[in-house]
Amino acid sequence: MAAGDFEVQLISPAEFAKEKVKAVQDYALLVGRSLANLFRRPLYVTDMVQQADLIGVGSLPIVILTGAFTGAVLALNSASTLSRFGSLTLIAQLVSVGMVTELGPVITGLMVAGRNASGMASELGSMTVTEQIDAMRALGTDPTKKLVTPRLVATVIMLFFLTIISDLLGLVGGNMVSALILGLDSRQYWTSAWQSLVWRDVTTGLLKPVLFGFVISTVGCYFGMSTRGGTQGVGRSTTQAVVVASVMILVVDFFVTKLLITLLGYR
Amino acid sequence: MPAPTQPLQIPSPRTQELAPDAIKFEDVALAFEDKPVLDGISFRLSHGETKALFGVAGSGKSTILKMALGLVQPDSGRIYVLGEEVTQMSEQALFDLRRRIGMVFQESALFDSLTVRENVAFRLIEEGNIGEEEIERRVREALSFVELERTVDMFPAELSGGMRRRVAIARAIISQPEILLYDSPTGGLDPVTSTTIIELIVKQRDVYKTSSLLVSHRLQDAFIMATHYFDRQANQMKTLPTGAHGEVPMTFLILRDGKVIFDGDLDELAHSKDEYIREYIA
Repeated sequence: MAAGDFEVQLISPAEFAKEKVKAVQDYALLVGRSLANLFRRPLYVTDMVQQADLIGVGSLPIVILTGAFTGAVLALNSASTLSRFGSLTLIAQLVSVGMVTELGPVITGLMVAGRNASGMASELGSMTVTEQIDAMRALGTDPTKKLVTPRLVATVIMLFFLTIISDLLGLVGGNMVSALILGLDSRQYWTSAWQSLVWRDVTTGLLKPVLFGFVISTVGCYFGMSTRGGTQGVGRSTTQAVVVASVMILVVDFFVTKLLITLLGYR
Repeated sequence: MPAPTQPLQIPSPRTQELAPDAIKFEDVALAFEDKPVLDGISFRLSHGETKALFGVAGSGKSTILKMALGLVQPDSGRIYVLGEEVTQMSEQALFDLRRRIGMVFQESALFDSLTVRENVAFRLIEEGNIGEEEIERRVREALSFVELERTVDMFPAELSGGMRRRVAIARAIISQPEILLYDSPTGGLDPVTSTTIIELIVKQRDVYKTSSLLVSHRLQDAFIMATHYFDRQANQMKTLPTGAHGEVPMTFLILRDGKVIFDGDLDELAHSKDEYIREYIA
């Protein structure tokens, strides 16, 4: 092959399908092991706290910004439609239900996926290609227990609280728009926002971040631990982790919403 | 080199009685993507013996070490380590066995986010029942063995390649393992640093008599090991008198096309009539 040429390797559809099935199987095994580790000692509480700080506190600025601006733009966009029907006062209900049930969890999930699934994949990927994961196993420590389970626990817990913060900031953003731009009364806004929420909305809004946190951490760790091919492989794993985690968040969001509607009915 | 303050434990006579071989491979075969790498590999590493593994790049030398640790499972055959059949053990059971084995990886594989102290102490910290003072004492002792006490608070990225290799040796020996596995410990190092590393391995071999399996590309490293001993009084490596053998048995194993083509001591190697081996050692 001449210098500068590159070879495209073609694989058969059967081989491709086999690879994908194996990837799903490996992912399922990793998830199973990391969950089982919750009931095995040691629990690596220090690593969990360290990861919680990295994921939770580290993601706080972007969650505050995205939450506030999402709530603000939601109020701004719906104002023109609502004013056409003379229902501008419903803006608080719309922002409140929209943020708590859907936008808060999804936007926060996507932000944390972009920041932390990539971080996990690149960190664990670098450890894999430099044999640090093998060294850990050789030293008698289970890398799933030491590296994956703390990230899983930390992401699930921190995404839960980050979503609550994002919801609140979204409502604040909506309030700023309705008070400063649309000239609505703030007290009425908050009363309406509070009263429009029912327990079903809150349950939906707080169940989603738990599932999204699970998806982000397991996908990030899976791509990190299965990295092959040096630094180029680390880059590939990082990109794949963000893409797959983001898509999975939206897919899981749809199915959870549908399931909850089936179980609890429409509002 | 300063002599270690406390000798590391030698496997108890009971362990040796139960497990006559530190490592035993029986007809082990492995293929990667239908390409055979190892084909019917059988050999033994006795307690206290040091065996050097040779072969061209890609001949499966490092894979043999990873198999002994259970990091890679063979397609067929059996592997016994310290009397336990690695090929039949669960990953959980393997973690317990691995705590009795030390491994020095090809590129050191130090944890880059941890300091030298944390790297060397990793296994002791993981055990969870050793006090901080005891950990500190043993870290200092292991680092003093490799003459790197001053690097205790440094990160791996701040060390040279040779220093990283020495820290990896300190990490491997801190828990007083019954077997040591060295994966190309001198690979990519200059001749002077390589000799320093080999001197450390000879010191470990002659002072603690730990069973060792060493993978190397450099035949001269194994020849130095076979023809030298560590003088504890003089605290340095010295040449053995001509024809004399060291206190610790030293053997060689050569791989070719996935098979063992030689397994014997230095004399047998020097008198081998196999053309490939003669060319290899020339």
